[in-house]
Amino acid sequence: MHESVLPSRVTRVSPLTFSLMVAVAALLIVSIQQVAPSPAQLAQGTPRMAELVGRMLPPNLEGAFLQRVFWRMIETFQIALVGTVIGVAVSLPIAWLSAKIISPAGIFRHLFKMIVSLFRTVPDLVWALIFVASVGLGAVAGTMTIVVDTIGFCGRFFAEAMEDADKKPQEALFAIGASRFSVLCGAVLPDAMPSLINTTLFALEKSVRSSVVLGLVGAGGIGQELKVAFDLFQYKNASTIILVIFGIVLAMEFLTDRLRARVQ
Amino acid sequence: MSEIIRARGITKRYADGRTVFSGIDLDVSTAQRVALIGSNGAGKSTLLKCLIGLLPLNGGQINTLGESIGVRPTPRQLQRLRRCIGVVFQHHGLVARQSVLTNVVHGKLGLAGGWHAWHQCIARQEWREDAQQALRQVGLGHKSTARADELSGGQAQRVAIARALIRKPRLLIADEPAASLDPASGRDVMALFSELSHRSGITLVYTTHDMQHALEFSDRVIALKSGAILFDQPTRDVTRAGLQEVFHA
Repeated sequence: MHESVLPSRVTRVSPLTFSLMVAVAALLIVSIQQVAPSPAQLAQGTPRMAELVGRMLPPNLEGAFLQRVFWRMIETFQIALVGTVIGVAVSLPIAWLSAKIISPAGIFRHLFKMIVSLFRTVPDLVWALIFVASVGLGAVAGTMTIVVDTIGFCGRFFAEAMEDADKKPQEALFAIGASRFSVLCGAVLPDAMPSLINTTLFALEKSVRSSVVLGLVGAGGIGQELKVAFDLFQYKNASTIILVIFGIVLAMEFLTDRLRARVQ
Repeated sequence: MSEIIRARGITKRYADGRTVFSGIDLDVSTAQRVALIGSNGAGKSTLLKCLIGLLPLNGGQINTLGESIGVRPTPRQLQRLRRCIGVVFQHHGLVARQSVLTNVVHGKLGLAGGWHAWHQCIARQEWREDAQQALRQVGLGHKSTARADELSGGQAQRVAIARALIRKPRLLIADEPAASLDPASGRDVMALFSELSHRSGITLVYTTHDMQHALEFSDRVIALKSGAILFDQPTRDVTRAGLQEVFHA
């Protein structure tokens, strides 16, 4: 019979694991030294920050300026909405083509998966720079950026939702000769619908946040107004824009949260 | 009576080379009710799926509803065959978030213009009426607007039967249709199958573990054991000793 022994508090780690842990710790320490703010920098920067905030107050509430900000915000929302809708529409077939088991593309599904990965891994500001360079300054470049960003986001999560859809109805419909596309429309999409709607709402929320900053590189929207305000040291204008952005993003989160709760 | 299924020398092996069954000959006549019995792993479900081309054969030839299926059937052959059959699985396989009517209309998928069957709201009017009629046949005419996930197990299986019926099949294949139901619901479902077969002249081939179902709701019992047919006889001739032999090593 084996004697029961009290186990040690920590499990043994192999020499390789220990070496990796030391290497990661060393990397972290070096990184902190190189890029983290030093106490001296924080001490210097805090008063400057306070001074900047002081120059931002009170926010500019002139009627003409608020009207301009309002129309810029509308444009920002349009970029987000149109970009998301087109992105979601394009994501659906791409997700189907890249999803495991249900994809009609066979091994070529990896190609579609790679396209989605490419769209997702390149940051939206980089896409914005590319589109500004190719179609020029303005909202169109912003919309195209949101489309690509949405495909990168929704393409992946839509594919996962389709892969997770209940297999039994799919088998039942295949058994009576339904085509892959009919099985997609009749069984996969209805089953995955809550997840698809959730992802779309997240994408819309994300698009609103993204479209706000796209203007910084000239891709239209309120970000462009914010950049001008900072470039011309119009900090009161900047604070107004920041407050409007905060309000819109908050409202968007509230709205999408409510919609998501209803979908559940 | 004309033959609706004619299988000659059919063989099925798993991917690892193990034989499920070998050299089986089988004829099923129109409007017969055939129960396939056997212990777990005897190959009943596999045989059933091979008969309708859901699983490929490794040898032999099957002629189901005039469509010959060999080792490598073409997609077109399978499509033609599947248009004439109704299939009910152990699990009802309904789309949970869709209405009962939409699930029944799904039975038209695979037929010409099948995209109309994605959802009842885009279905042809006669298909919607057929679906409602099929629901009435299975006693669930009042449930057409309910969501599939609101149904009991027995009701869901009845909807699956309605989905098979809407195709007006000549052959109804059921793989342990009562296995996931409580005894009373299971018996009701089997009685419904039997009644539909009698009333509409549909050929019924089903697998079951329940000997009571096999003896009560079939004209003929085929017992599988060790990859071969142990006996194939009219239900009235099946003996207790014969059944014991099926399930004992």
